[in-house]
Amino acid sequence: MIKIEHLVKNYGNFCAVDDISFSVEAGEIVGFLGPNGAGKSTTMNMLTGYLSSSAGSISIAGIDILENPLEAKKKIGYLPEQPPLYMDMTVEEYLNFAYDLKDCKYDRKKHLAEICEVTRITDVRKRLIKNLSKGYKQRVGIAQALVNNPPVIIFDEPTIGLDPKQIIEIRNLIRNLGRDHTVILSTHILQEVQAVCDRIVIINKGKIVADEKTENISRAIEQSRRFNVKICGPQREVLAMLKEKSGIVYAEALAERDGDAYTYMIESAVGVDIRKSLFYTLAEKNWPLIGMEALGMSLEDIFITIVDKSNERKSLRAEKEKGYRPGKTGIEKKIAADIMKNTAENQTKEEN
Amino acid sequence: MFAIYRKELKSYFITPMGYIYIGIFMALSALLFSYTTFMRSSYDVTSYFSMMIFAFVVLIPLLTMKLFAEEKKLRTEQMLLTAPVTITGMVMGKYLAALTMFVGSILCSCINFIPLYAVANVERAEAASKAIHIGPSGAQIIGSLIGIILVGAAFIAVGMFISTLTENQLASAVISVAVLLLMIVLGFVNNFISNYAVRFVIDWISVLSRFAPFGYGRFDFAALLYYLSLTSVFIFFTVRVYEKRRWG
Repeated sequence: MIKIEHLVKNYGNFCAVDDISFSVEAGEIVGFLGPNGAGKSTTMNMLTGYLSSSAGSISIAGIDILENPLEAKKKIGYLPEQPPLYMDMTVEEYLNFAYDLKDCKYDRKKHLAEICEVTRITDVRKRLIKNLSKGYKQRVGIAQALVNNPPVIIFDEPTIGLDPKQIIEIRNLIRNLGRDHTVILSTHILQEVQAVCDRIVIINKGKIVADEKTENISRAIEQSRRFNVKICGPQREVLAMLKEKSGIVYAEALAERDGDAYTYMIESAVGVDIRKSLFYTLAEKNWPLIGMEALGMSLEDIFITIVDKSNERKSLRAEKEKGYRPGKTGIEKKIAADIMKNTAENQTKEEN
Repeated sequence: MFAIYRKELKSYFITPMGYIYIGIFMALSALLFSYTTFMRSSYDVTSYFSMMIFAFVVLIPLLTMKLFAEEKKLRTEQMLLTAPVTITGMVMGKYLAALTMFVGSILCSCINFIPLYAVANVERAEAASKAIHIGPSGAQIIGSLIGIILVGAAFIAVGMFISTLTENQLASAVISVAVLLLMIVLGFVNNFISNYAVRFVIDWISVLSRFAPFGYGRFDFAALLYYLSLTSVFIFFTVRVYEKRRWG
């Protein structure tokens, strides 16, 4: 549905988007993820024809946006970061304007009523936009993007600045839209992509650093086995034992101390349940195990690792800035590396 | 284009700006009219029209100041530029909306002529001889109306162009007033210059010097072309500003 090839955008000497290629199939919901200034909005603005690209091509449903911008723009509904609302209009006037602007062929009354129903703004139709709350304004912005029922819908940070209840509503709305639209959604909130998207594209410094199905990433996360264990006993010896024990791929002593008990962070090999055998080993050595806590691994860590890696920064620096990050050196790094490798392979495959 | 035209025209009336503009326009034109005709006991409307051009320096920025500055500030231009509308279509929609307001207010201000004709009728009835023409000259009025509409069209294009350069409406208005004033005052500077070449160039740039023939009731085709090209140059510049921003 959307095909982006070798897209480049330069601002003077600054390269905001650097040779991005990816494609989105019809009916897919793609999360476009990246830290601030990564080039998300620039890419979206190029996709929608607001900016032109310095090089590369974009085609929407087979129509090149530079060759035939009017036709391509008809296929897109766009909600920019700041919803483009005319504050002095009522919701109804505004939607009517969007209807005229997009040269919509559907029955005006019915089409707009449907959109209001979907975005739940029917009860504020007669109100001035400037008097609406932030959440309603956002929904009016979404409603505007839906006018003329475009096959591709692009949202730039749709849930920013909303309260948790509104965020959930908007996410549900986007998920519903994904049933019969192709949706691209940019965000820097990970739960959002995890909750809504079929696929995640991570972009950093203008380059795609990861492109993976959400379920794959989630599966990778579930495979991880990481625990904080609290063991009474001499720290050095316990740590040496943990490091040598089969089934443990990584062990590290934490600064936490409680009497003669120290806390360690361990990671087991994939597919191994280390808990029982660890208990017996410790019992043998007469080192009481007084606590064990499974640590979930978050997408956040993978994300930060991927971005960090692509920045070629030592994880040390991030640790210094953000305090301790469990597993920064461990399995996430491996998963991150795998994802990045897959992405690179896919890209070379596509190019060939 | 028509969607933008309609929206723009409507927006003059859902904000106070349209009413303020028409109010000031009507008041100012009535004031200038009575000052130049009734108070001077004259049927000659030439000076009324030339004074109106001065009034345009203040009035036209009221129409043009928000055209693009506001869109830029509220980021609503993103909606227009990602909609299936060409940049030229967008600019023309806005230009025509401002022009409609302007021509509309000029037509409204024509009610000023009614009392002048009424006075003329009374005087003509009282006059001893029918040989002398008493009353305003129709050719002069129609010629001047066409003339000031052309001048106004060019001024709107200039004001619209300036509006694209800033996102502050006030800045846009102030700069427009300054530029328009400069365009007019340039004609007067000529009186103090003796060098023929300089005079010729300034005369050529000056907006006012082209206006004179309309005041005699003469339709000057060269002036028509001059104003139309001035208008299209600034419309073209406006389109270019947006093109450039896209490619920038």
